[in-house]
Amino acid sequence: MSTLIIVQHDNQTMQPSTRHVLKAALAIDDHPILLVVGHDCKSVASEAAVLKGVQAVWLADNVCYQHQLAENVSQLVASIASTFTTIMTASSTQGKDLLPRIAAQLDIAQISDVIEILDNETFLRPIYAGNALETVRVLDNQKALSIRTTAFDAVTETQPSCSIEILEQKFITSRTQFVEHQLNHSVRPDLNSAKIVVSGGRGLQSAEKFKLIEDLADALGAAIGASRAAVDAGFVSNDYQVGQTGKIVAPNLYIAVGISGAVQHLAGMKDSKVIVAINKDEDAPIFQIANYGLVGDLFQLVPELIEQLKQR
Amino acid sequence: MKILVAVKRVIDPYVKVRVKADKSGVETQNVKMSLNPFDEIAVEEALRLREKNIASEVVVVTVGQATSQETLRHALAMGADRAILVQSEASFCSLNIAKILHKVVLDEQPQLVLMGKQSIDGDNNQTPQMLAALLDWPQATFASKLTFEDGAPIKSIRVTREIDGGLETLDVQLPAVVSTDLRLNEPRYSSLPNIMKAKQKPLHILPVDTLGLTLKAHTEVLSVSSPKVRSSGIKVDSVEALIDKLQHEAKVL
Repeated sequence: MSTLIIVQHDNQTMQPSTRHVLKAALAIDDHPILLVVGHDCKSVASEAAVLKGVQAVWLADNVCYQHQLAENVSQLVASIASTFTTIMTASSTQGKDLLPRIAAQLDIAQISDVIEILDNETFLRPIYAGNALETVRVLDNQKALSIRTTAFDAVTETQPSCSIEILEQKFITSRTQFVEHQLNHSVRPDLNSAKIVVSGGRGLQSAEKFKLIEDLADALGAAIGASRAAVDAGFVSNDYQVGQTGKIVAPNLYIAVGISGAVQHLAGMKDSKVIVAINKDEDAPIFQIANYGLVGDLFQLVPELIEQLKQR
Repeated sequence: MKILVAVKRVIDPYVKVRVKADKSGVETQNVKMSLNPFDEIAVEEALRLREKNIASEVVVVTVGQATSQETLRHALAMGADRAILVQSEASFCSLNIAKILHKVVLDEQPQLVLMGKQSIDGDNNQTPQMLAALLDWPQATFASKLTFEDGAPIKSIRVTREIDGGLETLDVQLPAVVSTDLRLNEPRYSSLPNIMKAKQKPLHILPVDTLGLTLKAHTEVLSVSSPKVRSSGIKVDSVEALIDKLQHEAKVL
């Protein structure tokens, strides 16, 4: 068994998702190799090299990989893949964009959003927005797996740095050009990994009123999330969307404010440890999965909640 | 420019999905089926490009059983010009779908292939990227905005993509594969005259084994099961009661 994990990063720091993918890999391979592709990204390789269980880090550091475009990164991975039985990455937007392109080049299937590894060839994954689970066996000699990081713990232990080996191969992408990013930088915890998430829906009524969610999140040191309705209505930007086609989160505490609880939203948060729902409609579907439900006007209840939390 | 849009027939997203008692799959008998919402967005985008005279023809293709003709007629009713059904009783993994679409692309020679980023049944999010790899074409996934440069012939498109941290904008040269995300557009309803017109539009049926492809099985679905049901909890009657429960019972505060 030999596993290659594609590390996700922004050329400066490693994404925490790597720790969860590593945990998944260790279930089937003692000595996975981590691949870091980017530009001026040695610090990412150094971070990866001290995660306990990593055999080696392979580093492809070149200006042609500056923006980690799927076209040339997939060519690089395909060129080094022959010695690996498994290629894994987190199922973030970066992983989703890249991994299938690699799989097709290797003429192998991909298993998306693995939530459980049953054996070397058999995996469990959600389908129909998580309303059903599929147990699937890979028949090829190699496999490509994208890992749902909320389903695996993080590797937190460290080791003395393993070797970092340099890959010299350059693949140039000429037909795709990066133009710009519009990224939201926040001092709040990251939605993907926060222990507490406060999420707002259509019930907040406007972008201005959505600030109530921010205030509650600040009182709890929480990350902010949103339903599709809130994003579509322009209350917050798309990267806050939690749901079947947005982010999948599983915090210790998820507080859904003014969210009705459509199936597509539940798909993104139903594995949270504790769910609280605040909604004026007592028949809202969200109450069917909430541990604690508070029926009432959120514009009264949330300020009260913030006040009482501050007084603790 | 010709645009090829790949679509899929799926269980309607508002239907409550039920797992079969024998765990062989999900119940689809007598269940409402629809055009995959993301693919509907792809069809809509293609139509808007034709309305702007950027595209000259919009062709829709699907891989499925004879019943998938209904899905194609929906796309034709929205305004697509022509449809292709690659007919197969068996269902395929995304890689094999991509191989089938690859053949159709080689025959049709479109400048742009559009499809939804994922189908809401399998939730795989693989086919567009795999097709792009087989074609060795650029890919732009999760598109929330498409802009075309002025002047002809059009050589590239600017795509804004929804990514985890916000938005990314790329310029991709044509021909290219683009997968569509939720906020790209809002699909039109088909008018009754258009629904009637759709019945006359060309719908070509190609049995999958006439394509000359070797499509081996890469995966095997062993079983389909229901997830653990999360039981509903309690209603609390005040903010104080909520905080108390969260602190002392749930211990998450």
